[in-house]
Amino acid sequence: MNEGVTTARRSGRRRNERGALNQGGRGAWLYLLPAVVVYVGFLVYPAVSTLQFSFLDWDGIAPPEWAGIGNFVLALTDPLLARAIGNGLLLIVFFTVVPIAVGLLMTALLIGRIRHGTTFFRVVFFLPQVLPLVAVGTTWRWVYSEDGMVNQFLDLVGLGHLGRAWLGDEQFALVALGLIGTWVMSGLCMMLFMSGAQKVDTSLHEAAAIDGAGPVRQFLSVTLPGLRKEISIAGVITTIAALASFDLVFVTTNGGPAGATNVPALLVYRLAFNEGDIGAASALAVVLTVLVVVLVGAIRYLAREDS
Amino acid sequence: MRHGTLGTALSYGLLSLMALLVLLPFVGIVLAALHPSGSQVAGVGLPEQWSWENFRLAWEAGGFDDLMRSSLIISGAVVPLTVLFATMAGFALSILRVWGGRYLSLGFVLGLTVPVELLVIALYYNLREVGLTDAYLGVVLAEVALFLPFGVYWMQSHFSGVPRELVEAARMDGARNRTVLWRVLMPISWPAVTTLTVLVFMWSWNQFLLVLVMMQDPSMRTAPTGLGLFVGQYGTDIPLLAAASLIVIAPIVVVYLVFQRSFVNGITRGAVKG
Repeated sequence: MNEGVTTARRSGRRRNERGALNQGGRGAWLYLLPAVVVYVGFLVYPAVSTLQFSFLDWDGIAPPEWAGIGNFVLALTDPLLARAIGNGLLLIVFFTVVPIAVGLLMTALLIGRIRHGTTFFRVVFFLPQVLPLVAVGTTWRWVYSEDGMVNQFLDLVGLGHLGRAWLGDEQFALVALGLIGTWVMSGLCMMLFMSGAQKVDTSLHEAAAIDGAGPVRQFLSVTLPGLRKEISIAGVITTIAALASFDLVFVTTNGGPAGATNVPALLVYRLAFNEGDIGAASALAVVLTVLVVVLVGAIRYLAREDS
Repeated sequence: MRHGTLGTALSYGLLSLMALLVLLPFVGIVLAALHPSGSQVAGVGLPEQWSWENFRLAWEAGGFDDLMRSSLIISGAVVPLTVLFATMAGFALSILRVWGGRYLSLGFVLGLTVPVELLVIALYYNLREVGLTDAYLGVVLAEVALFLPFGVYWMQSHFSGVPRELVEAARMDGARNRTVLWRVLMPISWPAVTTLTVLVFMWSWNQFLLVLVMMQDPSMRTAPTGLGLFVGQYGTDIPLLAAASLIVIAPIVVVYLVFQRSFVNGITRGAVKG
């Protein structure tokens, strides 16, 4: 009973009279139990396990040996692994920065002068986001291929000499891959921004209009500041997608040519399941997670409300 | 006035261009899939000879009978379990206010930043010990755990937005937890639940790495995972690969178009309003 009283007092302090609702008692835990059990058993426990593996020298069969921080040193200094991490960071430009810009443009156009077809455009723009990335990858493999759509277009505008197998070109493969990310993520950003833009008080727009602000000016000084929260959410989701991308790379380039498109997730998979170096794979996975948490934290810090 | 018309035309022009950029690859693979199997497909173009054969060939070559069955079994289990567990937990955390609930909420939210890569290694090697690799149960529970952070967050914020008077009134009438959740809250929660259902279905259907690792038996893999390996085998047969891609894409596109309100509006609005 003691617990119930404490909770009642605490919640009562935060929200008036909320304590009256607190009749859940111990039965409340029964409602949490299934979620907590599955979450701890299949997410928290494996995460902690991987952390343990990262300190081991283990091939998955023979008894593991203690490796100290050796795997982490390897993950951060081995040129192959370090380059993969660098590639992952570069992908953020195409998965996060460009889509947010494109999403803002889409939003500005959709809430601007358009009267018809708004739903159509929203449905179309969001479409790539719902597809399995594997299928997106197989599609773009062909789009980028020697006789794919990109080269066809270049031929059409008289730039045929620039054509190449884009994903097979060491110089362009990563950018080409990144642009697939832009194609997938822009609609998601648009969707988040649209919802934010609808919450902005219309009287602010009217006031700005009376002050003589045109549509562009209104978007920049009224709508955009109201989207801070949505931009930060979009930033978080797309940054995770960039750093942890696997499906797309696996089917399009598989890391090639010559490691130009290796990303951390791909090497985690390869090390753990092809090369049997579970310690190094785990250490890389841990580094990847830390990177995600740090960047997500940074985005949320930059977007905090009270500044 | 002239300026306004020009601006409108420009807006439509830009939006149409972007829509075209989104849709062109689809048009491309649909047309590619209609070319005769094994033929060269040079960019977007109408096939000289329309061939519907590819879908049957790709279905057989890819073993989509098995893949689709696995996909349906896995999604069919993951979706109801995730939605049910998330609803119950969200209810407990927002309405019942359990002791330590705030820390639990935080614990679930932290799970949102955990990439699958951190989990697959241990999931594989730990579950192998207990025979849960190459088993639907292992994949299902792992996916439920993966989607619960969002699910719990979603349902919790939905229930927090429900007017307090509603629950208070029910309590006055002596309603127990069970009654409050299923009789009072659920009837007004269908929009939030539908959106969650649709999103979890999408994530489960599209999940790749987890299935790739945990299902070594090809016949138990899901459609997208099968496609990932299909590329390796038939990567040069563009019409066949295009057909296989469309087979994998079709179910999710149908769900999207039918439930586009839940995707589009749900993501943005459902959480706050009931």
